[in-house]
Formats: sequence, structure tokens, C-alpha cells
Amino acid sequence: MTQLPAKTERKLGLVIDLDTCVGCHACVISCKGWNTENYGAPLSDQDPSGANPRGTFLNRVHSYECQPDDGPAQLIHFPKSCLHCDDAPCVTVCPTGASYKRVEDGIVLVNESDCIGCGLCAWSCPYGARELDAAEGVMKKCTLCIDRIYNENLPQEDRVPACVRTCPAGARHFGDFADPESNVSRLVAERGGMDLMPEMGTAPVNKYLPPRPKDRIEDKAATLETVAEEPTGFFAWLDRALDRLPGGPTGNRTQKETETL
Amino acid sequence: MHPAPSVILFTTFSGLGFGLLFWLGIGYPPVTGMTAFVMFAIAYLFAVGGLLASTFHLGHPERAIKAFTQWRSSWLSREAWASVVSLILMAAYGAGLVFLGQRWTILGLLGGVMSLVTVFTTSMIYTQLKTVPRWHTALTPVRFLAFSLAGGALLAGQIRPAILLLLIAGLVQIMHWMRGDGALAASGTSLATATGLGRIGPVRAFEPPHTGTNYLLDEFVHVVGRRHSLQLRVISLILMVAIPVALLMMPFNHVIAFLAVASHILGVLVARWLFFAEAEHVVGLYYGKRHA
Ligand code: SF4
Ligand code: SF4
Ligand code: SF4
Repeated sequence: MTQLPAKTERKLGLVIDLDTCVGCHACVISCKGWNTENYGAPLSDQDPSGANPRGTFLNRVHSYECQPDDGPAQLIHFPKSCLHCDDAPCVTVCPTGASYKRVEDGIVLVNESDCIGCGLCAWSCPYGARELDAAEGVMKKCTLCIDRIYNENLPQEDRVPACVRTCPAGARHFGDFADPESNVSRLVAERGGMDLMPEMGTAPVNKYLPPRPKDRIEDKAATLETVAEEPTGFFAWLDRALDRLPGGPTGNRTQKETETL
Repeated sequence: MHPAPSVILFTTFSGLGFGLLFWLGIGYPPVTGMTAFVMFAIAYLFAVGGLLASTFHLGHPERAIKAFTQWRSSWLSREAWASVVSLILMAAYGAGLVFLGQRWTILGLLGGVMSLVTVFTTSMIYTQLKTVPRWHTALTPVRFLAFSLAGGALLAGQIRPAILLLLIAGLVQIMHWMRGDGALAASGTSLATATGLGRIGPVRAFEPPHTGTNYLLDEFVHVVGRRHSLQLRVISLILMVAIPVALLMMPFNHVIAFLAVASHILGVLVARWLFFAEAEHVVGLYYGKRHA
């Protein structure tokens, strides 16, 4: 059914911390691995070892450079997957009912046996979160690892999306945004979690934490006064002695050169 | 957007076919018997041929029937319904004209209106997309309907309405281009809003997520050079409006009519190629491929 539910009981989603993501792409690989071996059609690759490899991924990491007015440019790694939007255009445009948003937890899914592969849902997603699999001809997207988070065969610590479980930097957090006391809701409140392209009116559930302001050494510690330009006493002697050793400015000179000085 | 041949053929020919069905439905020209048969055959060839071409870009055409289920929310589903309903209505109306020499006026009017509704639903598939600011305007359905009516009049041999409608359609097309060129910038979406990083300073795409291409780049990121685009716009206007109008002004004969139709179709194909190739999907921003 491609009409959106008026309200979902829970709002499961991710918080992605742009401050701590190191751009390692581990989440990309663990996502591809889990979702190729489990729920739904595998994420195929075309020409994987050839000259023009390409394939289906549900999570991709971009890198951007920001240039503040004062201070050096900042490099920000930017993982991007489905944001499980509350007002998901990808759901309402679907002609077959294959795309839907679950009432119980707000996860946006594709029923692959109903999908005709028209691609319209991918056209309607501003974030590029959907990719049509070239081998299967059906639309693939992040499932929030629906086959992990409710999977009682897995140990408790593994019942989170594969990307969250994998991230070595702790940059990805999974939780229920409908609960104001959840880990993700608190992170969003404390760190000013933001929406991507809010003007599109998609009301994304996933939030991004902006990079924290960078420390600047001038603000942290005053530079000490210079006490002497040239060393004196013991240090002056040490300086000269070290200079004479091999490798020092005078250490490699021949006897003759030293005499002429 | 990727200018897929199947979608270009589909929108061009089904637009023309349903345009012709509209004119036949309202009784211009008032044909019966063999002449009616030929005209309906052309209309169905175009309309149905276009619809069939559109299934070529589906991953699973064998499940296309499921596309009828979501008419409450999906314009694509509504298009499926509208096209089938108008084709059935017009088939019944056409059978009356061809085999019984009977004109069931109400049925024809209904079928004619439904044919235009079909074109409207097609245009709404594109218009609804906020992600493609160039398409997200009331001018898009106006443009589709104007060309469908003009091309239909041309095919139906309605010389005076055809001249007038071709000129109007050309004008609408020019307005659509002019508005379209500033649409992405006016939409307010930029790499800054896409990443939320604009508050730090100007954002630049530094490294793409993958070295090769992917579905997103192939489907959504197509860049047409400015000069190239201007040339093609002029060519399409000459072919789809100027030449047919000039030919229609001449004393009528079948060769001239055929040339006018052929030129028009070629021009619409070029304009439709531009419609897709020039459309900037906002996902291109993430790849640093769009400069609003
Ligand atoms: S991110 Fe895209 S695919 Fe995911 S729910 Fe939002 S619009 Fe749909
Ligand atoms: S590609 Fe599949 S899921 Fe997407 S709109 Fe078409 S039928 Fe629906
Ligand atoms: S695994 Fe974590 S740190 Fe690495 S790219 Fe993904 S989010 Fe960033």
C-alpha cells in the first residue's frame, strides 16, 4: 500500500556523526556484505574485476571540503543511505504498492516480488538512496537491517544495523526517534542534529550531527614570550658541540675547511 | 536525467496518439468507414506503441499489471488506468464509426476527454517530482497538453486549429525552457542544504564515494553543454513548429501533409530528448555535478 501511514508507532533510524566519521567506508562494506547474503535479492556487481566495475550499494560515503572564512579548510566524510523519511515521496509515487512505510516502526521497505523496476521511486528520492539492481531488475534500498534488529538468533549486541555494528569510530547510532529519552533523540538534542534538504519536505527520520567547531591553538593556550634569541652558557656550548658532530652543519667539514674558518 | 530512448519514444508517440484520439472523439474530422479505420489505426499504433515502448525500461515488465493498484497515490498508476479507459472507450466509439457508420457522440466526447486526461497523467509523473526543479511546474502539463493537441490536430488534418495550436505549443515550450534554466537555482536546494554543511563555509565535493559509475550517475546525472542545448532548441522549434506551420499554409496535398507530420514528429523527439537530458536531478549536487 503506497499511501503513507498518518503516524508510525516507533521511528527507527540512524544518527550519523559527521564530527567523528573518519571516512573509512567500513560501513559501506559491511552493509554490502550483510545485505547480499540476507534479506531480498543480493546486491549485484557488474564487471567486478574488470576495467569498469560497478554495483549496487545501499550506503555510500562522500567526502566534502568546507572552507570557513577564518581558518583552514575542513574535510568532512559524509555517509549517506536511506533516511526513512516520514513524508517519503518514494512511497507515494510507487504504482504497484511495492514501496511502503511500516506502521509499527517507520521503516521504508520494498516488497521485491511486487516491484516492476520502473525506477520512479528512485527519481523521487532527493538523496539518491535507492538503486535499481542491474541483475535483478528490482529496487534496492536500506532496510535498516530489518533481519538483524529483530533477529533473536543473534546476540543482543548484534541486533543493530550492520553499519552501526561495524563503525570503528562510533559515528553511527541506531535507535527510536519517537522516544524523546532514547540515545538517538538525546544526541540530536545535545548536538543539534539536522535534516538533509529540509526544503524538500521529506521529513527525514535519520539525522546528521554537524562537525563540532575545530579547536584552534590560539584559543587554547597563549604563546609564551621568547626569552632569548641566541643560547648562552651551557646550551651555547652544547649547540656548538653538536654542530661539530658528523651530520651537523660543520661536522662533515674536512680539516682544511675547519682551519680556514 | 538519462534520456532513455524508450521513454522518449513513449512520451512522444503516446502524446501524439492520444492527441489524435481526442480530435477523433470530438468528431473532427467526421470520418466513418474505411477512412475512420485508417485514422483510428494510426492513433492506436501511436498510443499503444508508445505505451509498449514504456514497458521496455521496466526491470520486470511481466508484473506491469500490478501498476493498476495504487491509483490513490501514484500518478503512474493513474496513467495506467486513464490510458486503458480511454483506449477502451475510443475502441467502442471507433467500432461504431467503422463498422456501423454510427456516431455515438457522448461516447466519443468521453473518450476524447479521457485521452487528454491520459496525457495529463503522464505529464504529472514528471511534474510531481520536487527532485527535478525544471519539471516541477504547472508549465509541464501545459506543455504536454499543448503538444498533444497540436500534434493531434496535425494528424487529424485540422489545418487552422493545427497552425494556431502549433504556435501556442511553441510559445509554451519556449517559456518552459526559460523558466527551466533558472529552476534549480530558484529551488533553494544546493550542496549546502544537501549536506547541511553550508554553515561552516562554502562546500565542495572533494572525493566521490566510488571510482566508477553507478545507477545514480547513469540515471540522474546527464550534463548537456549550453551551446549544444541552444542549437538543439532551435532545431526542435524549426522542425516541430516552423516547418509544419509553413507547410500547412501551402495549398493542401498529401505529400505536404506527410512532410509536415514527419517534421513535427522529429522536432518533438528532439525536444523530448532535451526535456530529459537537460533535467537536473538534485542528487547530482551530492556528486558536485550541478552548479546552481
Ligand atoms: S531517503 Fe529517499 S528512499 Fe529513503 S525514505 Fe526518504 S525519499 Fe524514500
Ligand atoms: S521501482 Fe519498484 S518500488 Fe520503485 S516505484 Fe517502481 S515498482 Fe515501486
Ligand atoms: S564506518 Fe563509521 S567512520 Fe567509517 S565511513 Fe562509516 S560512518 Fe564513517
